[in-house]
Amino acid sequence: MRRRAPGGLWVAGVAMAALALVPAVYLCVRAAEADAEAWGLLFRDRTWGLLGRTLGLAAAVTGCAALLALPLAWLTTRTDLPGRRLWTVLLCVPLAVPTFVSGYVLLAAFGVGGALEEPLTRWGLPVPPVYGFPGALLALTVSTYPYFFLALRAGLLSQDPAWLEGARSLGLTPARAFFRITVPLLRPAFASGALLVGLYVLSDFGAVALVQYDAFSRAIYVQYEGAYDRSYAALLGLALVSVTVGVLALELWLRGRAGYHRSAKGAARAVAPVSLRGWRVPALLLCGAVVAVGVALPVGVLVYWGVQGLSVESGPMLGPAWNSVSASMMGAVAAVVGALPLAFLAVRYPSRLTVALERVSYAGYALPPIVLALSLVFLGVQAVPFLYGTLVMLVLAYVVRFLPQAVGVVRASLLQLNPHLPEAAASLGQPPSAVLRRVTAPLLRPGLLAGAALVFLTAMKELPATLLLAPIGFETLATRVWGATAEGRFAEAAAPALLLMAVSTLGVGLLVSQEGRSSPG
Amino acid sequence: MVRLLLFSLVLTLSSPALAAETLTIYSGRNEKLVGPLLKKFTEKTGIGVKVRYGETPQLAATLLEEGAKTPADVFFAQDAGALGALAKSGQLEALPKETLDKVDARFRSPQGVWVGTSGRARVVAYNTKKVKANALPKSILGFTDAKWKGRLGWAPTNASFQSFVTALRLLKGDEAATQWLKGIQANAPRVYKNNSAVIEALGRGEIDAGFVNHYYLFSAKKNKADLPVANHFVAAGDPGALVNVAGVAILKGTKNADAAKKLAAYLLDSEAQAYFAQETYEFPLVAGVKMAEGLPALDKVGSPDLDLSKLDDLRGTVKLLQDTGVL
Repeated sequence: MRRRAPGGLWVAGVAMAALALVPAVYLCVRAAEADAEAWGLLFRDRTWGLLGRTLGLAAAVTGCAALLALPLAWLTTRTDLPGRRLWTVLLCVPLAVPTFVSGYVLLAAFGVGGALEEPLTRWGLPVPPVYGFPGALLALTVSTYPYFFLALRAGLLSQDPAWLEGARSLGLTPARAFFRITVPLLRPAFASGALLVGLYVLSDFGAVALVQYDAFSRAIYVQYEGAYDRSYAALLGLALVSVTVGVLALELWLRGRAGYHRSAKGAARAVAPVSLRGWRVPALLLCGAVVAVGVALPVGVLVYWGVQGLSVESGPMLGPAWNSVSASMMGAVAAVVGALPLAFLAVRYPSRLTVALERVSYAGYALPPIVLALSLVFLGVQAVPFLYGTLVMLVLAYVVRFLPQAVGVVRASLLQLNPHLPEAAASLGQPPSAVLRRVTAPLLRPGLLAGAALVFLTAMKELPATLLLAPIGFETLATRVWGATAEGRFAEAAAPALLLMAVSTLGVGLLVSQEGRSSPG
Repeated sequence: MVRLLLFSLVLTLSSPALAAETLTIYSGRNEKLVGPLLKKFTEKTGIGVKVRYGETPQLAATLLEEGAKTPADVFFAQDAGALGALAKSGQLEALPKETLDKVDARFRSPQGVWVGTSGRARVVAYNTKKVKANALPKSILGFTDAKWKGRLGWAPTNASFQSFVTALRLLKGDEAATQWLKGIQANAPRVYKNNSAVIEALGRGEIDAGFVNHYYLFSAKKNKADLPVANHFVAAGDPGALVNVAGVAILKGTKNADAAKKLAAYLLDSEAQAYFAQETYEFPLVAGVKMAEGLPALDKVGSPDLDLSKLDDLRGTVKLLQDTGVL
C-alpha cells in the first residue's frame, strides 16, 4: 500500500538530510581548490592500499563486534541472568571511554613493559598482541561492540514474542527457534549496528594511531595536522565519502525488502525469560570478561594514574561535568528528534527518495571528526554567524555527527512496529498527535531510548567539535581529560576521566531504568 | 528535564560580564602551561582574556576557515609552521618593530607578522640504562647506522617531527632527506602518536632512543623523577639541532589591535620569558633570562641557519614521508 507522506514530514526530513550533507558540501568547496598535484597524490597506489587496509579492519571489527554483542544482548533481555540491568549498563560504558584513554590503557596494560606483561608471563598466559592489526581489532572491537549491543537489545525488546512462540509450538527446540526466528528478525538491528561500527572504524584515528596501524583516516589527519593543506585533505575526505556511499548501497542491497513486524492482531507483550540453569556461570563469566576488559581495565589504569598523582590539583569538576551532561543530553534529544522524520519516511513511506534521504544522514559519519568539526566552522561562519560561538552550534555539531546513530536504531525499531496499531488508533478517531503520543511513541520507546543513549554516550567523549565549536571557556570533562593528557600529565587526567565514565554510567542507567517501564505490554 | 536543559542553555549563553577590554585568543598551547601567564597579563594590564584552547594545527585550520570573520584577536601557536601558513594566507597583522627586535631574526617572521616567544629544540632522548651518552652519534644522520636496528622510536605524524624533516630538506636537499628517512625506516623504528608517547616508551624500555623535542623529558620527570631517560643534543648546526618556536601573531581586522600588541610585548618581557624558562622548560628567546637547570645555552644548541616561516611548506615533506612509506 503506497500512501503519500504528510508535507510536514517531508520538510523535516529534507531539512535533516540537508544538515547531514554539510560536511560533504564543505569538502566539495575545498576540493574545488585542489591543484593537479593534489589530484595526482590522490590517485596513487598508496591511497588504494590504505583504503584496502582500512576496509579490511572495518569488516573484521564489525564481524567481531556483532559476534560479541549478540549473546550479550540476548542474555540481558531474554534470560534470567542475575543482575541484568546492571550488566546492561556496564556493557554500555566502553562507549564513554575516550579513545585516547582506551588506546593508552591497552598499551599501558599489554604493551612492552606494560603492567600486565610480567604477571601474565609468570602465569604462563599469552600476552595479547597490541600493535598493528590485532591491536587495532581488539581496541576497536572493545570500544564499538556497544553499538551492536544497544541496537540488538532494542530489537529484541520490541520483537513480538508470537513469532518465537509459534516456532516453539511447531516443535523447534529453543536453540533452533533462536537461530531460525529470533536472529533473522534482528536483521534491521544488525544492519544498523554494522553501519555504525563499520563507518566508525573508517573514521577512527585515535585507536589506529596508538597501536600503529596505518589507516586512511590517518592520511587525512596528516594533511590537517602537519601540512595545513585543506584542499588535498578534502580530496581524501571525499574519497572516504564515496566509500561510505558504497557501503550504504551494499547494505541496502543486502537488506532486502522484508517486513519485520508481525501482521496478526493481538497485544504485544514480553517474552517469557529463558532459564539459564547450568549456563548461568558461563554466561556470567562472559559478561564479566567483557566488562573486565572494557570497563575494569580502564578504570584500573585511571585509578593507578590517580593514586600516583594524589597530590595533583585537578581543579573543580562540577562545572565541566554539568557542561558535559547538558550539552550531550541536548545533543541526544535533538539527534533522536531529528532522526524520527528520516526513519518514518524511509520505513512508512518507502520510495527511492525517502530511502535516499535516510541514507544521506550517514554521509559524514565515516569522516574523521576533525573534518566534521571544520565543516561546522565553515557553516557557522558563512551561514549563521549569529549562532557561531554559541552552545547552539555545538549541539548542531553533535546532531550532524551522531544523527546516523539515532537514525539507525530508531529505524530498526520502527521496522518492527506494526503500522496497523497506530492506524487502528487513528480509525478510532484519535487525532494524529494522540496516536503518536499514546500508541506509536510508547511502542517505539526502546528504540528512542537506545538511540538517545548511544548519542549521549558518544557525545560525552566527543573532542574536536567540542574544542572548536563550544562557547569559549566551555569546559567539558572530555576537554579536561584532553588538556591533561596532551602534555602527558596522566595523573591529572585520571579524576576527570573517571568522573566522565561515572556520569555516563549514571546517564545510561537512567535510560535503561526507563526502558523497563516500557517493555511492550 | 526540558526546563533544566533550557536553564543550562540560558546560563551558558549569558557569559559573565567581562573586563572593559577583552582579547579573544586561540591558544594551541596548553592551558596548564600558559593559563597562569595569561592571568598575570590580565592582572598587570587590566585587559581580560577569553581563550579557546586546542591543538595548534586544528586551530590554524579553524582560523583559515574563519578567514576575515574570525572572532579571534590573537593566535598563540606551538609551532612556526602554523604561523607561516596563516601569514601565507594574508591573515596576519604586522607587529610593532620594538617587539620584533627583542628576538633574534632567526626566531621571527621575516615579514614581521609573527614573533617567537620561546624555543623548542629537537633532541634525541635515550634510555640511560641501555645506551651510553658517548655512544650516541653527533649528527642526526648517524642514526641510519644498522646498529640502531629495532632500537629507535619516532612520531612521524607529529607536527614537530615534520617541521624537522622540512628543515632537513631545506638544509640538505630532498635527496639527503629521502636517504635519511629510508635509512631510519630500514632500522624498523617504532611509531608513536606523539612525543610524550616516545618518552613513555623509552621509560618502559620499549626502545633505546627516540626523536623528540627537548622539554617532554622534563614534564615526564615531574611525574616520575627516576625515569631512566636523558636528552642528547646533537652537534651545533646539524639539522637535528633545529630550534623551532612557539609564537604569537595578531589577526588582521582585530578591533583590539592595541591590546593584542600589549600581549605580544608582554610575552617577550622578562617576567614571561622567565616563566617559559622555569615552568615549561623552553628556551627563552630574549637575552639575559635564566635558563632551567640541565639545559645548555641557546647559542650552544646551535640551531641551523634557516627561515622558520618556510617550515609551513609541508606538502613536499608529507609527500616525501609518504613516498618513503613513513606515513
